[in-house]
Amino acid sequence: MLKLTCPYCGVTGEETEFHAGGEAHLKRFGPGSGDEDFTNYLFSRKNPRGVHFERWRHQYGCGKWFHAARDTGTLEVFGTYTAQTGEPPADIVAKIKAKRPEWEGFA
Amino acid sequence: MSDVTRITDQGMITLRADFTSLKGITVPETRKIRDGIAWMSPDELLVLVPKSDVSAKLAELEKALNGHYLLADVSDARAVFSLTGDWAREVLAKGAPVDLSPDAFKPGDLRRTRIGQVAAAIWMVDDRTFHIVCFTSVADYLEEWLRHASRSAAKLTYF
Amino acid sequence: MKRLPTGGRLIDRTTTFDMIFNSRRITAHPGDTVAAALMANGERMVGRSFKYHRPRGIVASGAEEPNALMNMGEGEWLEPNQRSTVTPVVKGQSFESQNHWPSLEFDVGVINAKLSRFFPAGFYYKTFMRPRWAWKHLFEPVIRQSAGLGKAPDQPDPDSYEQFYAYTDVLIVGGGIAGLHAALEAGRAGAKVLLLEQNPNLGGRALVDVVDIDGKPSPDWIAATIAALEDMPNVTIRTATMAAGVFDHGYVTAQEQVATYTQGSDAPRHRLWRIRATRIITATGAIERPLTFAGNDIPGVMLAAAVRDYAELYATAPGERTIIVTNNDDAYRTALTLHSAGIAVPVVLDARPEATGTLPEQARAAGIRIETNAAIAKVHGKRKVTSVDICDHTGAGDVRETIPCDSVAMSGGWSPVVHLWSHCGGKLNWDEANAMFAPDPKRPPTGDDGEGFVIPAGSATGDLHATQALANAAEAGRQAAIEAGFTPSVGAAPLATAPTEYPMLPVWMMPINAPYKLRSKAFLDFQNDVKASDVALAAREGFTSVEHTKRYTTLGMATDQGKLSNINGLAILAESLNTPIPQVGTTTFRPPYTPISLAAIAGDARGPLFKPTRKTAMDAWHDANGADWEPVADWRRPYTYVRDGETKRDAVHREILNTRNHVGMLDASTLGKILVKGPDAGKFLDLIYTNMMSSLAVGKCRYGLMCSENGFLFDDGVVARLSEDSFLCHTTSGGSDRVHAWMEEWLQTEWWDLQVYTANLTEQYAQIAVVGPDARNVLESMGGMNVSREALPFMTFAEGELAGIPARAYRISFSGELSYEIAVPASRGQEFWDAALAAGAAHSIMPYGTEALHVMRAEKGFIMIGDETDGTVTPLDLNLGWAVSKKKEDFIGKRALEREFFHRTDRKQLVGLMPENPDDVLPDGAHAVEPGTNIYGQKNMIGHVTSTYYSPTLKHGIAMALIKGGAQRLGETLSFPLEGGKVIKAKIVDPVFYDKEGARQNV
Repeated sequence: MLKLTCPYCGVTGEETEFHAGGEAHLKRFGPGSGDEDFTNYLFSRKNPRGVHFERWRHQYGCGKWFHAARDTGTLEVFGTYTAQTGEPPADIVAKIKAKRPEWEGFA
Repeated sequence: MSDVTRITDQGMITLRADFTSLKGITVPETRKIRDGIAWMSPDELLVLVPKSDVSAKLAELEKALNGHYLLADVSDARAVFSLTGDWAREVLAKGAPVDLSPDAFKPGDLRRTRIGQVAAAIWMVDDRTFHIVCFTSVADYLEEWLRHASRSAAKLTYF
Repeated sequence: MKRLPTGGRLIDRTTTFDMIFNSRRITAHPGDTVAAALMANGERMVGRSFKYHRPRGIVASGAEEPNALMNMGEGEWLEPNQRSTVTPVVKGQSFESQNHWPSLEFDVGVINAKLSRFFPAGFYYKTFMRPRWAWKHLFEPVIRQSAGLGKAPDQPDPDSYEQFYAYTDVLIVGGGIAGLHAALEAGRAGAKVLLLEQNPNLGGRALVDVVDIDGKPSPDWIAATIAALEDMPNVTIRTATMAAGVFDHGYVTAQEQVATYTQGSDAPRHRLWRIRATRIITATGAIERPLTFAGNDIPGVMLAAAVRDYAELYATAPGERTIIVTNNDDAYRTALTLHSAGIAVPVVLDARPEATGTLPEQARAAGIRIETNAAIAKVHGKRKVTSVDICDHTGAGDVRETIPCDSVAMSGGWSPVVHLWSHCGGKLNWDEANAMFAPDPKRPPTGDDGEGFVIPAGSATGDLHATQALANAAEAGRQAAIEAGFTPSVGAAPLATAPTEYPMLPVWMMPINAPYKLRSKAFLDFQNDVKASDVALAAREGFTSVEHTKRYTTLGMATDQGKLSNINGLAILAESLNTPIPQVGTTTFRPPYTPISLAAIAGDARGPLFKPTRKTAMDAWHDANGADWEPVADWRRPYTYVRDGETKRDAVHREILNTRNHVGMLDASTLGKILVKGPDAGKFLDLIYTNMMSSLAVGKCRYGLMCSENGFLFDDGVVARLSEDSFLCHTTSGGSDRVHAWMEEWLQTEWWDLQVYTANLTEQYAQIAVVGPDARNVLESMGGMNVSREALPFMTFAEGELAGIPARAYRISFSGELSYEIAVPASRGQEFWDAALAAGAAHSIMPYGTEALHVMRAEKGFIMIGDETDGTVTPLDLNLGWAVSKKKEDFIGKRALEREFFHRTDRKQLVGLMPENPDDVLPDGAHAVEPGTNIYGQKNMIGHVTSTYYSPTLKHGIAMALIKGGAQRLGETLSFPLEGGKVIKAKIVDPVFYDKEGARQNV
């Protein structure tokens, strides 16, 4: 069972206090978007074994949504960060690059 | 045995706002409770006053606040319990996934978490007393849970 | 065999009491395990094996015991499969051996052993295939009768169980000298330390195998170390607590045996510890391996170390003439122990070509006969050992000599206990010299920081010798402290001095060239009756993977999870496959280490605490007034209020007719109420709802729909605009938390530029619907705010007081009647309820429940989320296109609803149904079937019933259904074939069955 640190209230809690919200940084395609973009937005997920970015909510705590960067294979957590961003922050990206030189970067 | 008491005269007001623009209210530090104001999230406070003072406090806050905020009386939406006793920490540790050791959780600290199967906020009033807030609809469950966990036959000393 | 004159470190020899075994009185001392007491009372046979029902005796002295499992207690206190080697004796407690009928001594299942050649490996898969009919009528009933080990209790468990969350810097598993010393090192460094020991006592093997530690005998060193640890406020020791599993990110579960037997007390029986540790030290020791020779399962054949454990700790022994058989020096300790306790050791059989180490020499000096290159060809005896045939280990079992004896102590070497190391991914190396898998310290399980979080210590590392074991434990304690952020003081680690041991000789089959006849009596897995010959057969039949062989032969699949059989079994497999052992590998180690109770996993979630029930402010009144409860999401709501002499159906019909004709009231408090406030609140709600909400006037209400991004309807409710910048959004009873989280997700992760706050105020208000032609009269007679048609028209709300209670009254209707929903502070809900009942008495007011609510809404064709929707239904399918804005540029689900597919006329669409026979009520979910078949060749199903009731208002069955192309099929008759050949025919009609013009609510 994972433990995660909420970047908003600073609590490090166990997984039962959080709610998983799936892949992070999806770009929303709304009215007017093409079928392919919209289909990918709704259904296509990276689901990698390795570096992954996810959305979580501190459900039993401060209620805030946040992002987590972690390795789905080893379960290492590289960091958690604000929900109000479209991509992972530079320090998290740098940390992952240092630990996983083979990682191709956030795309 | 630890004592479990339901506190029925606790008034509670939820205030959501950008803390940096709040005037006239001293916002406690993250996850602290101070002078009847509890830090609930980066943009949410729980203001505690006697239940009879809620209307007056709401009016006072409405007057003091400006800009974008949300104020709501939640006194009836929440139930408050007091748990007191020498092993109160152990009682809560039976159901809350929180480090409740004396060096990790002290009077004035507040934690929103889960107790058994329900959401709750807990804080310490003194070193042997917790106050616990849950949703009113599950107050019966939490009261039963607290009484069950704190029965003398289930005493446990860890902290 | 009674008690030995000396020994008995763990028992109080001055006190005795009785316990019961198979209806016989057994005398025990406080401190005994059940197994020790049985042995001291001369009980040799303690159970029968699972498959062949062979007599079985005690083999081990700890958690690895495969045989001595007992039914403990009686009646409601019965608990099967208690491992008697770790179960403390309790005065008066009864135990019963398992897996035999009618008695342990005479068991008809023994026939299985006679038929053993018909029960080869994998016999389940080979035998029960045909004839086909025999499975149901013959095989399954017989298997069911014989399945399982202990008796399943037939009464509810009266005990209570609980859980406990603990957080620590360093968790140490195992209270032997390694664990104790690691605790001391980490504790001295200032780390918070929690040490768990599965047994009731600390000390581990060094209580029996005494070594010198810094000039003290190990038992004295243990006592001193325990005292030192007890003085440290940052160190906690819990005995009788078994660490069951290591999981991600340093999470460990452990089961504490709080009370073996709680009868009469209110104490919890087990406590499941849920521990988070920064670092975990596994000082879990090692387990001795049996040797594989013919007759190694006969009662009296035991592990060598266990034999000396019983002698030293409990002053008892399995017999008076014990032959030792070994491939290593360690077993000579047993010879020496028994010899000095006055028990005859006729011979030590050592498989090695020579035995010249310190311990063998000590044995020799004591006058004990030692035979090298020696093996057991066969053990004689049925219910107990009578003699042993001796042969050359390197031979094929030609008998050199037969020696009478009553017990055999065997040692095949030791395997470190690597389970906890391995649970979360720690890797193992094959240690050729000691023939064992040991933790590879370079490949530990890794935690959230990417670093290893488990550190093995003591003999669990594979360093079996006390000197190294204690030295590496000191290192482990310091490493754990450092990695948890502490600085250990510099100081010399204690030095343990013990005799040097010469190398062991890997022995997998004894003798090496044993023929089939011997191999087929040589057991690997005692509990599941897997023999050396079974593994060889599996290999011949092509089961080359160790995981497959395990499942095919059931090797290691019993409740001991192969603690004794694992290595021996895979070595035999490797031998059969002619493959090196490390290449065959080991099976996966999975939690729990030894079984834990399901009750401990459930913890306090039973009885009144099984699941929280959400209750409204009027719950007690409902309960006292005939409420027949219905679960609605996590709430309980009255389905109906049954009066004396009524059926539930009568009650529902009475409530409906009374509401339609006079006035009814409903506790609607469970509806979600979410306050949405801010300058951008209208804009935000335009995105959340399919309708336009920003145009709603202050003081007005609007029914709104919420779709997911893929266009499917998932919640609905009435929105009231409280002020320019605030809205109160009603949700379904089950949806309030979900919708609140949904709103927050969009606000926080997508539209964080919007200035909006939300608050879930669901429970702040009690909400009471007053419904029916007399509703206005009732409210008016309560006194207070103006609720007239003019002051409070349909789809508006007003605030004021009613009966002196602050109230917000919404003119909304889910029944089609004149209807008000009154929100009052929850703490005054009961007061309002009572006042409305009193005021309504003159109008024959009655409360109604959820079923009446459902029927009345169906009569009006109103949809219910979860009935008419199932996650694949759009608003368009439900004729709710009017509530989907065409003006808004965007809302959640808009892009999806633009898809062509959602506009096809042959989608399933909402229709009303009237059965031809007015008394027929279609079953929920009934399928409409048309002639022909679908593309899969199945019956041509064109849709299904979503809501169905008998309408007392219309005196007719009614239903709503989703039917292919339903919108164009008004007036057609559909067939609904039911179970038993009955077919209900029903006509498609407009789903608004009653008062289509809405005249009743608009008054």
